[in-house]
Amino acid sequence: MTELFGFPIPVILGQLLLGLVNGCFYAMLSLGLAVIFGLLGVVNFAHGAFYMLGAYGTWALMNFLGIGYWGALVLSPLCVGLLGITLERTMLKRLAQVDPLYGLLLTFGLSLIAEGFIREAFGASGQTYPVPELLQGALNVGFMILPIYRVWVIVASLMVCMITWFVIERTRLGSTLRAATENPQLVQAFGINVPLMVSLTYAAGVGLAAFAGVLSAPIIQVSPLMGSSLVIVVFAVVVIGGMGSIMGAILSGLMLGVIEGFTKVLYPEASNIVVFVIMAIVLCWRPNGLFGKG
Amino acid sequence: MEHNRQRHFLYLALLALGLIAPWLGVYTVYLMTLYCFAIFACAFNLLLGFGGMLSFGHAAFFGLSSYVTGWLVTSQGYSTLSAILGGVVAASLLGLVFGFIAIRRSGIYFAMITMALAQIVYFACLQASFTGGENGLQGVPRGRILGLDLSNDSVMYYVVLLALCAVFLGIQRVIESPFGQVLKAIRENEHRAESLGYFINTHKLIVFVMSASLAGLAGSLKCLVLSFATLSDVLQSTSGEVILMTMLGGAGTLLGPVVGSAVVVTLQNTLADKVGSWVNVIIGGIFVLCVLAFRKGIVGEVLAYLKRH
Repeated sequence: MTELFGFPIPVILGQLLLGLVNGCFYAMLSLGLAVIFGLLGVVNFAHGAFYMLGAYGTWALMNFLGIGYWGALVLSPLCVGLLGITLERTMLKRLAQVDPLYGLLLTFGLSLIAEGFIREAFGASGQTYPVPELLQGALNVGFMILPIYRVWVIVASLMVCMITWFVIERTRLGSTLRAATENPQLVQAFGINVPLMVSLTYAAGVGLAAFAGVLSAPIIQVSPLMGSSLVIVVFAVVVIGGMGSIMGAILSGLMLGVIEGFTKVLYPEASNIVVFVIMAIVLCWRPNGLFGKG
Repeated sequence: MEHNRQRHFLYLALLALGLIAPWLGVYTVYLMTLYCFAIFACAFNLLLGFGGMLSFGHAAFFGLSSYVTGWLVTSQGYSTLSAILGGVVAASLLGLVFGFIAIRRSGIYFAMITMALAQIVYFACLQASFTGGENGLQGVPRGRILGLDLSNDSVMYYVVLLALCAVFLGIQRVIESPFGQVLKAIRENEHRAESLGYFINTHKLIVFVMSASLAGLAGSLKCLVLSFATLSDVLQSTSGEVILMTMLGGAGTLLGPVVGSAVVVTLQNTLADKVGSWVNVIIGGIFVLCVLAFRKGIVGEVLAYLKRH
């Protein structure tokens, strides 16, 4: 059998791989959104901008400081995380007592600033970034050819997702975090520094977005608007998955990436909107999302 | 009563200013663009300020209607009035679909859902044939309304001004009606309004469709004023702009959206050639400032000040 639905199997597998890569980005970004929303009650619109800054950080480290991919993989998320802490401490913190919609609007404004700034500094057109030497080339596994870098992206992001899940669901730190999500006052009364935890959570969430940005730098054009279209898809993923569950965010991210990949084979015109259409259907059927509570 | 009289005096003064503005040497196309966005922001304010729903996808109604009007006039040979009507009907129908799906959730989810749905409309407009894809529709003729030649800027100006006044007064009427009171009740406390026996979802859907159709009116007038409809009308940043206009002027006040759109359109007009993409940084900065420092908006803060003194 070399064909499925009238398409050659290698083509389908190739698109599936691309879909899985996209799904990994969705998973990492929606995971960060879910964690931030859980503790801060803020829908972080700037998530796409942080992803973009992560990718630009990678590019800038290489071009201005000569630091390569592996260094950037650590440094870029760290810098973006520090930026996140600064923003949380100076701005987001003031919105703790008001309607969560203001958090959305504030971060929307912040992403406009970041995009405009990067555009002014480095131009609107895309920058290219080389695939690191260690990960160049492709593997021939018989039924298809696997570009090593894409496999690396999938492995690295799945690992990061699993570590995040493990930390939140299975460690003492995670249980404190979950308790603070439920009742911050009570956790504070037990002598835990909740404001610090909130800042670090925000930093970790946006650091995760920046990590995704670093991973994406060698396979897409690094451009100022790369995050803003992605973040809308991630919002739809979050609506589909329901924001309550960490595993839900990871699974729906991966699943929707794969579905999008399939759509690219079957009906390419619809591949841009398939996630949104699925969101509309899910909302009519289960308004709280697939993994949502209540 | 005293307060009401002051308010009517202010409205009349603004109307007089609008009527004589073309003779004061103000560029009419700029004013017309401003009025179109003022209508758009008023429509948005009906939903956000009085219905308590933050839509992040209002560009879909504005842009779709702009395209439909442009398409009906250029390739279908419809008269201007029926093309505007066509645009508004298209926006209302789209509003019905959006509303039906989005009112199932509220708050931030509502915002995210409308954003995602609007993205469908954006990609549909990008790929459909009647929109002209990346190029958009160019050279849309204004035509005539009731025998008036709209290609004359002064005539067009008064038509757009009339539309803005009609929308403004219409929204004021809606808000002061029993329907508007129920809306406020839902905004303040949804569960209590429901337990008092009001059909919350019906009210929400109606106000959503109203807002969508007025946003559509703004879009189709904008298409006629500038003679083109492009992808930027349906773009997500346009949804963001209308939120900014409403918030900056003051959501939930009648005059706020008009003031906000005047500020934003003027800023964009004067800054666009001088500072390039810094204009986005400035817009983003205003957003941040607005959220952190004056959440009531310009008109809201002025009203609060007057109340204190």
